[in-house]
Parts: sequence; structure tokens; C-alpha cells
Amino acid sequence: MEVSYEIILNAILETLYMVSISLFFGAILGFALGIILVVTRKGHILENKWIFGIINPIVNIFRSIPFIILLVLLIPLTRLIVGTAIGTTAAIVPLVFHIGPYISRLIENSLLEVDDGIIEAAKAMGATPFQIIRKFLIPEAFPSLVLSVTTATIGLIGATAMAGAVGGGGLGDVAITYGYQRFDEMTTLVTVIILVVFVQIIQMIGHKLEHHFRRVS
Amino acid sequence: MDQINLKINKGDIFGVIGFSGAGKSTLLRTVNLLETPTSGKVLVDGVDLTTYSAQELREKKKEIGMIFQHFNLLNSKTVFENVAMPLLLSKVPKNEIRQRVMEVLRYIGLEDRSNAYIHQLSGGQKQRVGIARALVTNPKILLCDEPTSALDPQTTKSILNLLKKVNVEYNITILLITHEMEVIREICNKVAVMENGRVIETGNVLEIFSNPKEKTTKNFVQSVVRDEIPEFIIKMLQDDNPSKRIFKLKFIGENVGQSIVSEVAKKFKVDVNVLFGNIIELQEIPFGNLIIEIKGDHRECERAIQYIRLKDIQIEEVAANGSELRNYSQRNFGNLIYG
Repeated sequence: MEVSYEIILNAILETLYMVSISLFFGAILGFALGIILVVTRKGHILENKWIFGIINPIVNIFRSIPFIILLVLLIPLTRLIVGTAIGTTAAIVPLVFHIGPYISRLIENSLLEVDDGIIEAAKAMGATPFQIIRKFLIPEAFPSLVLSVTTATIGLIGATAMAGAVGGGGLGDVAITYGYQRFDEMTTLVTVIILVVFVQIIQMIGHKLEHHFRRVS
Repeated sequence: MDQINLKINKGDIFGVIGFSGAGKSTLLRTVNLLETPTSGKVLVDGVDLTTYSAQELREKKKEIGMIFQHFNLLNSKTVFENVAMPLLLSKVPKNEIRQRVMEVLRYIGLEDRSNAYIHQLSGGQKQRVGIARALVTNPKILLCDEPTSALDPQTTKSILNLLKKVNVEYNITILLITHEMEVIREICNKVAVMENGRVIETGNVLEIFSNPKEKTTKNFVQSVVRDEIPEFIIKMLQDDNPSKRIFKLKFIGENVGQSIVSEVAKKFKVDVNVLFGNIIELQEIPFGNLIIEIKGDHRECERAIQYIRLKDIQIEEVAANGSELRNYSQRNFGNLIYG
């Protein structure tokens, strides 16, 4: 059976489009939430039990909804934002809401790894809370943050496969519609191989960057 | 912490010693309000820090440097960037930062490592960087949180020397906490002993070392000045001649201890043997004890002892069981230092 390279190439571009755009917005959301989750917790620099008490369960709720369901649940919101609930761009909205909270937990973990002594030193120097986040927490957690984003990106590639449910396209969609539903094993194989290669490359870049920023010679 | 009242004067190297959990770390952190006291005042230069706004406090903290047991340096930054950090936070112009940082790095002897990352440094070098970072803003006060507890003895010595140098050359008041009496002996001029959140004893280092009152203080002092009677002397008393008279002299200051032995031997018809001695230096003053044997006619011995006592040297006779000492000195030894 022939594998249509046009379809594959198109799917690759769709996947890259969905992953990059939703990663961009998801990372902004995730960083913001992750930082808030860290600094507002008990005993931290901007302790605030109200903010923490609201954000924390909201993140949990989004984390507990399976993506395929979130995709459907968010249709009204998607329609509001992009004007339609179908298509590649439309898939980005639920992807952001899926990956944002996920990234926030990863960011939270990374930031919590930073030694309390660093924060203490920052406070002793008279750093403002914003300076502590900018100049101490983030730089110190940076290598770990890079790995977090790497993990999130790979998770995102997996999630885009489900975007086919709302006509999002992409490699996962091709694998299902052409391969699985039409018994075109070759197409399935090719798309799966491409996905594997993608994941390998991203993980490799992540490790390389992490290693670079870890400053280990 | 409860009822702590300490006054630290400008130029002091004030040591706070205590076992872990004694509250010394909390005390130190109260001085720059990393810990806020529930009641009481923290006066720095006569102004109560607890009345400051968050903004004012941040400014004030720039006059109070701090170094830590585990250095708390940024692993993601170079030595230069670490030291520059306090200036960067105050938005000092770049060229000024460069100049000041290199100046401080030269002072601590690490200018050639300015581009190294923290993990490439030894423990001693890391603490030097910590000190440089604390000094870069020209503080008036330096808080030291167990600065040498993570370092080996030799490195400890070099860091303590550096702190002393900083104290003298920049006239920076140092408040230091430690659990090692050796650190206190090495550089402090004043000491406070803490236990269970209270200061149980405080004073001049010479005073505390020569005349500790509380049990904990005595234990700490003994970790540096070993003044228990050595085993062989107790054996000597028990086995040999029970009529042997052995004495322990405690002394401070030049000449006093050493010369008294020859003085007594000349003045009276007695033989004096030095059996054991332990002398340390406290603020450049010799301080320690000698164990001597006085041989001779009973009357002459008593006269010799009287003579020593009148010289204001604490003299105690060592009994055969080693523990019970007959104290010949009526006067409080602590007064000797100033009197």
C-alpha cells in the first residue's frame, strides 16, 4: 500500500503547529501558575492561603480531567476564542488548558527543589519578592525547568494525537484515520516512527540544554 | 526564645555558642529580621528594626551582611555574578559593580577565580565568596551563621583569620554563632552562651574562659582548655608517695605562670617540678594551667603556696582521687583580668 507523503508532511506541519503554539501559551500559563503555587504556599515569600487555596484545587481539577473529555468540555470556550470549535487552531485551546496546569506542577516541583538557604540569602540581601523569583529561584531552578518543559512537550505531542477528535489533524490523527480505520498499517508505522523520532530529538535537546545550564563541566 | 537581652558594641566580634536547638540560629536571624520577634525590640544603631516598613527594612539589610554554614551561593552563577548580586539588586551601574566586585575579590584572594562556577571551588573558597558577597555593599555588621562548621580545621583557621581581618580593617561588627568553642577562642572578644532559648551566661571571652559559672559554659570551656587532672598524675599520687603534694595553677597573662615556678624555687627552700601544662592563647594573652609538684619542708611549702596565692594566681591542691581539689584561692579569679 502506498503511503501518501503529502498527507504525512501536512500532518507533521499540523503537529508542529499545535505543539509549538500550545506549548508557548501553556508554558506562560504553567509558569505563572507554578510560580504562584510556590510563592504563596505556607512559609514562602508571598504566603497567601487564599490564592494558594484557590489555584491549587483548580490546577488539580484540570489535571484530573482526561484530555479527550476536556476537549469536548471546552468547546464553548474554544468557540468564543477562535470562532470555531473544529480544526487545528481550535484544538490549541483545549491543549493549552491541558498542558498549562500540567506544566505548572512540573514548574512547582522544580522551584521547590531550590535550597531554602538560597532564598534566605536573598532575603538577607534585601531582595524584593519579585527579585527573589527573577534573580534567585528561576536561575537556580533553570536546568530543572528545562527538563520540565521537555517532559511537557513530549506529553503535548501525545495529546495532539487526540486532537483528531475535533478535526485537529496532525500525525496522531493520520495514524488513526488512515492507518487504524482503513487498515493502512504502513501509514500507521510511518507516523509512529516519525513520532518516536520527534520524541527522541526533543528529549535529547532537553538533556543537552539541561546539562549546559547545570554548569557541570 | 525568651528574655534575651544582648548588647553588641561597634567593633566587637561577638560569639554566641550553644548546642543545636539552643536558639542561637533564631537569635542571629532576629538581628536582620529574617525571624520576626513576637515581642521585644531589635535595635540596630539605636533604631528599632521592628518599626520599619518592608521597604525600609530591605534598605537596612544592605548594611547588614550575612554568611552561612552552607554558603548559600547560586550554583547557576559565576563567582563574579554571585558577589555582584547584592549590588545588582540595588541597581548599581554596571561599571561600578565591576570595579567594586573585583576589589572585594582581590581582598579575599579569589580575583583569579572570578569566572569560575561555584561547584568548581573548595569549601574554603566558597565561604570566601560568601564573605565577599556580604562585604560588597560595605556593611556595618556581619552576621555569621556557623561560618566554619562545614569546613576542615585548617580551612576553618584561614576563614576565621579572614573574618578577623575584616573586623579590624573595615571596622565591621561581627555577630557569629557556632557550636565550637575553638571558634570563640580564636576570634571573639565577647561571648554569650545559650541554652533552651535563653542566654545563660555572657561576657568578655577572657572572663568566661577563666571563670565559667554555668555547667554548659564549663563544658564548652573544657573542650578548649582541658583542665581535668591527667590520669598519670592521679596514678602518681595513689601509687608513689602519698605525701607528694601536687598543685594546679591557673593563670592568665605573660610571665605569670612560667616565672612563678622559678620565683618560688628561688625564694623558698622548695623544689618545684612542672608535671603538666596546658596553655592556649586568648586574644593574644596566654591563658592556661600548670600542674606542679612542690617538694620540701611542710612550712616552706605552705609559705610558697601563700606566696603564689598573693600573686593572684589560682592554686588548688590535687587530691589523690583527682577530683577533689582544695582551693587555696579566696579571691575571684575573674577579677584578676581587670583588677
